[in-house]
Amino acid sequence: MRKIKELVIEKSLFSSALVTIAVTVGIILVLAIEAFRFFSEVSILDFFTDTQWTPLFTEKHFGILPLLSGTLLTTFIAILFALPVGLSISIYLSEYAPKSFRKTIKPLLELLAAVPTVVYGFFALIVVTPFLQDIIPGLSGFNSLSAGIVMGIMIIPYVSSISEDALHAVPYSLREASYGMGATKLQTAFKVAVPAASSGIIVSVILAISRAIGETMIVAIAAGQQPRLTLDPTVPVETITAYIVQVSLGDVQHGSLEYRTIFAAGITLFVFTFLLNTLSYRIRKKYQEKYE
Amino acid sequence: MKKLVIIMSLALLITACGEKKEKTDNSEKETTALAGTIKVDGSSTVFPITEAVAEEFRAVQPKVKVTIGVSGTGGGFKKFSRGETNLSNASRPIKDKEKAACAENNIKYLELEVAYDGLAVLVNPQNDWVDSFTIEELKKIWEPAAQGTIMKWNQIRPEWPNEEIHLFGPGVASGTYDYFTEAIVGKSGSSRGDFTASEDDHVLVQGIAGDKYSLGFFGLAYYAENKDKLTLIGVHNGEEVVKPTLETVSNGTYRPLSRPLFIYVNSTSVASLEVVEFVNFYLENSSELSKDVGYIPLPDENYKKQIEIFKTFVESNK
Amino acid sequence: MNNIQKNRLKNQLFKYWGIFCTIIGLVLLVVFIGDILIDGLRRIDWGFITSLPSRKPEKSGIYTALMGSIWILLLTTLIAVPMGVAAGIYLEEYSKKSRLAGLLEINISNLAGVPSIIYGLLGLEVFVRIMNLGASVLAGSLTLSLLILPIIIVATREAIKAVPSSIRDASYALGASKWQTIRHQILPASGGGILTGVILALSRAVGETAPLIVVGALAYVPFVPQNPMDEFSVLPIQIFNWISRPQHGFIENAAAAIIILLLITFVMNGIAVYFRNKWQKKWK
Repeated sequence: MRKIKELVIEKSLFSSALVTIAVTVGIILVLAIEAFRFFSEVSILDFFTDTQWTPLFTEKHFGILPLLSGTLLTTFIAILFALPVGLSISIYLSEYAPKSFRKTIKPLLELLAAVPTVVYGFFALIVVTPFLQDIIPGLSGFNSLSAGIVMGIMIIPYVSSISEDALHAVPYSLREASYGMGATKLQTAFKVAVPAASSGIIVSVILAISRAIGETMIVAIAAGQQPRLTLDPTVPVETITAYIVQVSLGDVQHGSLEYRTIFAAGITLFVFTFLLNTLSYRIRKKYQEKYE
Repeated sequence: MKKLVIIMSLALLITACGEKKEKTDNSEKETTALAGTIKVDGSSTVFPITEAVAEEFRAVQPKVKVTIGVSGTGGGFKKFSRGETNLSNASRPIKDKEKAACAENNIKYLELEVAYDGLAVLVNPQNDWVDSFTIEELKKIWEPAAQGTIMKWNQIRPEWPNEEIHLFGPGVASGTYDYFTEAIVGKSGSSRGDFTASEDDHVLVQGIAGDKYSLGFFGLAYYAENKDKLTLIGVHNGEEVVKPTLETVSNGTYRPLSRPLFIYVNSTSVASLEVVEFVNFYLENSSELSKDVGYIPLPDENYKKQIEIFKTFVESNK
Repeated sequence: MNNIQKNRLKNQLFKYWGIFCTIIGLVLLVVFIGDILIDGLRRIDWGFITSLPSRKPEKSGIYTALMGSIWILLLTTLIAVPMGVAAGIYLEEYSKKSRLAGLLEINISNLAGVPSIIYGLLGLEVFVRIMNLGASVLAGSLTLSLLILPIIIVATREAIKAVPSSIRDASYALGASKWQTIRHQILPASGGGILTGVILALSRAVGETAPLIVVGALAYVPFVPQNPMDEFSVLPIQIFNWISRPQHGFIENAAAAIIILLLITFVMNGIAVYFRNKWQKKWK
């Protein structure tokens, strides 16, 4: 009797675990099916090479490049800010800071990642953009610079926390050897600890990039709604995620070509983040073995 | 297990609170309390009027839930033709394709005018070079051929700055877009695609207000609420430069960008008493409320006549 | 200056740079929150919390959005927590080192990194359209449940992992079955850790905007949902809507609503951290 009960319990727990597979399958199916239907009407070549994205207008263009450039531009600005700052924080906390400082600061930094992104969007539009407009004349009300900087602030903990864990995992003996030879903390940090923790640091950067690419609200509020193939951070652009929001706010008839554009955009986004996440997972597994 | 019980009881408590509040609001009213849901969707231009009407209506009939979407005139008609909404806000008349869609689904409707709008052309307050536009100039900026080619102010008038024009306008689901393109470019729905398009007029206001080299268009009400952030530009109507105001839109001198605003009522919806009450309330109060939000009211007789027409419509669809 | 002095100088400079970087993120956050408080604090009163949205900023309130958020929170908890904890238990106690386990692990790690808007697209197609739930509270909660499922699973696994194997062994030695061991020893022991993870996951769900926009939560919903099939709005979407309205009054409203949202978020995070510390102490 007990054996049957045990089996039933095990199977029901198993089915919960299977839900996660169902979710992944669901995501891939939904995106793929709608994207497939999209590509039956729009050529893949056009999708990847056309430099305009105007799917809702009379003269329709379905080039993903403008949205992609918007996404990558904001991500680039975010990483430009978050990488040096986040890395410096992680090195400081792991090599210099007293333990008590580290214990209090770490949860505070993680607070940065807990703030709802719509709040960050508010900052970007209401505080950062007017501030930057005083410094940079001609800066548009919607631009990728403000959004990128604020996104950078948000992803600092992604870089700093994981890098710091990676540095922490490096055996102290390596550092002692370096100090024994008369090196300063700085030299030890950059020539011994960082290279040893390099895979963990790279993982943190990849995850931060993936997070930035998938970010929606900050860019939807502050970066603009004009798909434009540009590297200029002072003008309005549109990211893939902001486009999906824009279309969702209107009404898009189920089954129309316009409806499918959000899935074509979505699957592009998914492929990017999936590749980045898989890459970081692989690297993480490889480096975990190193110190076991 | 305990957690679950606590959570469930909290949930029940909160829903009970929600209900209680509505009940106490209602007990003070003497008129027959109606209940039900009214679904409205469509034009973002008409939205401020419908929103104002819904809000005032709530004071009279608090148990009637009115939801208002802003999918744009085209988006609203799509839902309306599928029978998903009771009323549709529209800033242009229903198109033939949309009429056909309604007929396909056996939806009969009544078209009612609720106000006039003067489609406003706006620039940033720091823009000190534009004093007026001609229709030809607007056409040159907005027609499909301009996509990728007309990018700078001095391509319109050589004395204007050698800077990029940043364009803002409603998107393709918007009746304002349809109307503007028809009046300026000559064909509804025909325009360049490289501008910031949004069905949400607030986005457009913010865009223009934040950008020195911007130019955009939308319904007059959105200018009225943001006078301190935008500069209104007059349009040459063939004889003189005219800006949209109560007088110029009423007497038709603000041409060609004056237009009526509509609501459409589903014939099956008028079987519900709350819908009938709402539409009557709308027609009775639109004169005052449309002015309140920045549009131009119709002459009083128009409203009176439409109340009669609506009464007949309700009778014939009982 | 010889090499040693140069290196020492660089060392000192970096130390200050490190402190600067560490502080700057937090300083900016404080500046932002300070700005929000200045913009919005005076707007918060009982009227603001209990008023329905209105076209006049002074009369607008967050009542329906707040109620919507509470509905979503409760429903998401009911759906996601049992499933997530169950899956976590399975992965940690029943399947280890098998190929299926490896696959499940990679899968969950990947799901945790999928952008939230993709979950919105999934929810739109499956819950709103195919299952015909419409843009209802139920559809929104189901979507968010899928979003936070990986977080709960990982938290459960970590909490269970931290239970010393001695407890497990002792229970088996006394003749208990697997499930009895789990139910009476492992779960109570890891309860604190699981609770922490659950609260953090829910705190994330409360702040989510994009997936709910895609699923169809409206911004103009002047009533409280009465049942799971009703339409709804939530606090973040109300904030988003008010931000896009350029009148200064609405910016104040957005700031005030943000204060409420941040209050909820920080309180939830605070409770979670409190539990985490309490639970960690238990094992010291």
